[in-house]
Amino acid sequence: MVWVNAIVQGILLGGLYALFACGLSLMFGVMRVVNLAHGDFAVLAAYLALVVITGLHVPVLWSALVIAPLFGAFGYLVQRFIIQRSLDVSPLTTLLVTFGLSIVIQNSLLELASANSQSLPSGSLASASFQVNGQLSIAYESVIVFVVAVVVLVGLQVFLSRARLGRQVRAAADDQEAATIVGVNVRHVYGVAAAIAFATVALAGVAFGMYSSFDPAAGPQRLIFAFEAVVIGGVGSLWGTLAGGIILGVAQVLGAQVDSSFGVLAGHLVFLVVLALRPNGLIPARIS
Amino acid sequence: MTLSLRAGETVAMIGANGAGKSTLLRTIAGLHSPSSGSILIDGVEITGLPAHRRVAAGIAMVPEGRRLFPSLSLEENLNIGSTRGRRGNWDMAKVFALFPWMAERRRPVNYLSGGEQQAVAIGRALMANPRILLIDEMSLGLSPVVVRKLYDVLPALLATGTTILLVEQDVTQALRVSDWAHCLLEGRITLSGRPRDLAPAEVEAAYFGLAKSTAAGRG
Repeated sequence: MVWVNAIVQGILLGGLYALFACGLSLMFGVMRVVNLAHGDFAVLAAYLALVVITGLHVPVLWSALVIAPLFGAFGYLVQRFIIQRSLDVSPLTTLLVTFGLSIVIQNSLLELASANSQSLPSGSLASASFQVNGQLSIAYESVIVFVVAVVVLVGLQVFLSRARLGRQVRAAADDQEAATIVGVNVRHVYGVAAAIAFATVALAGVAFGMYSSFDPAAGPQRLIFAFEAVVIGGVGSLWGTLAGGIILGVAQVLGAQVDSSFGVLAGHLVFLVVLALRPNGLIPARIS
Repeated sequence: MTLSLRAGETVAMIGANGAGKSTLLRTIAGLHSPSSGSILIDGVEITGLPAHRRVAAGIAMVPEGRRLFPSLSLEENLNIGSTRGRRGNWDMAKVFALFPWMAERRRPVNYLSGGEQQAVAIGRALMANPRILLIDEMSLGLSPVVVRKLYDVLPALLATGTTILLVEQDVTQALRVSDWAHCLLEGRITLSGRPRDLAPAEVEAAYFGLAKSTAAGRG
């Protein structure tokens, strides 16, 4: 029963990883940008949530509804005015620029909020859970996060495959120049993709803040989990990202079951095994 | 160089590799910005317009190598052509009427034959209802029979008043379908004329740059 419990908790944690990783996957899939500041943006969102919660006296879930659209708009601007300019220079420049953004965010947070670790007050939600049986109890918090993750990923998939703008996103991802000559404003489309990525990273940042404490330097550590989820699942595939997140989550919780210090390492090991045996990930994207 | 296109005409640019044919088309489409000079449609300057807005101004391009979107279905590949298109004659049904086989194809566009892909690229450009259709190296990598079939649809496009500017290495094919031909060499037009007035030897000389002095006078 202990193991069943670990697997269930792992799957639920995996939802959070998938939610966190899908923005990284989207920005890489569409713009070929590896956003090294992805984890720091999540931490920034968590700090912003802290401001909203204490300033407006709203519960943590409501703060996410405020911060996600705000971050979406922020992402559009960051893409158009910072990342796009580095893309115009060379793909390598985007690595340097996002790395620079990562440092700027970390140090600004350090300056403004000190190095003390914080957590988001999730109130009664934090301890609320339902009992499946004697040994298996599931926290509402993690179920909510998992459901949000699945809804976001399904919604994103539907948007990309059905919506007019989603079709333009896929076209721009396939061939930027060809998209331009059929009338797609590629820079705008890139901005939209970044907006979606940032909105999802904000949700993930708030969820992380509910799960565990964070400090200004927490971003890069989390970024590794997002990378692992993306690579395990297959770069550029959203279903792969969900699968990758869940596999990573289950591996970590099972590992921690064996020895509490073994959790993160177990995740890394699964990642290495997948990388060695299936370098394209478990569910490779349709486009190679 | 100066190049004027009249509505409803097919104009061919011929010339050897590196003559600047593709660069010319890409500049008109907005993928390169010219270091000097201007591009006008009906006297309206479009030189400063970004490529995606030139589609609304009436320019569509069938790019070299077809450049279809592999993650879009055939229908989506056509539909995306109308993203910023003008209103006009062409829609999905008309494109299907032009290439009847398209209506049944459900395979990913990657698995279509080269000729079929080229047809989809033409259909995609038509969905924008262009006034000027730029066709870059349509025959590249295709068998002569397929190329001939593709060129045989051009009259149907001209019937709607579209002007076609095509770049082609296959000189015979280009001269067969065009109303007017220009031979390009190192970025300059070395020979111009109606195909029926051009002697093969003259074209050959202009193509390879053997007789610049005699050809230049006719430009």
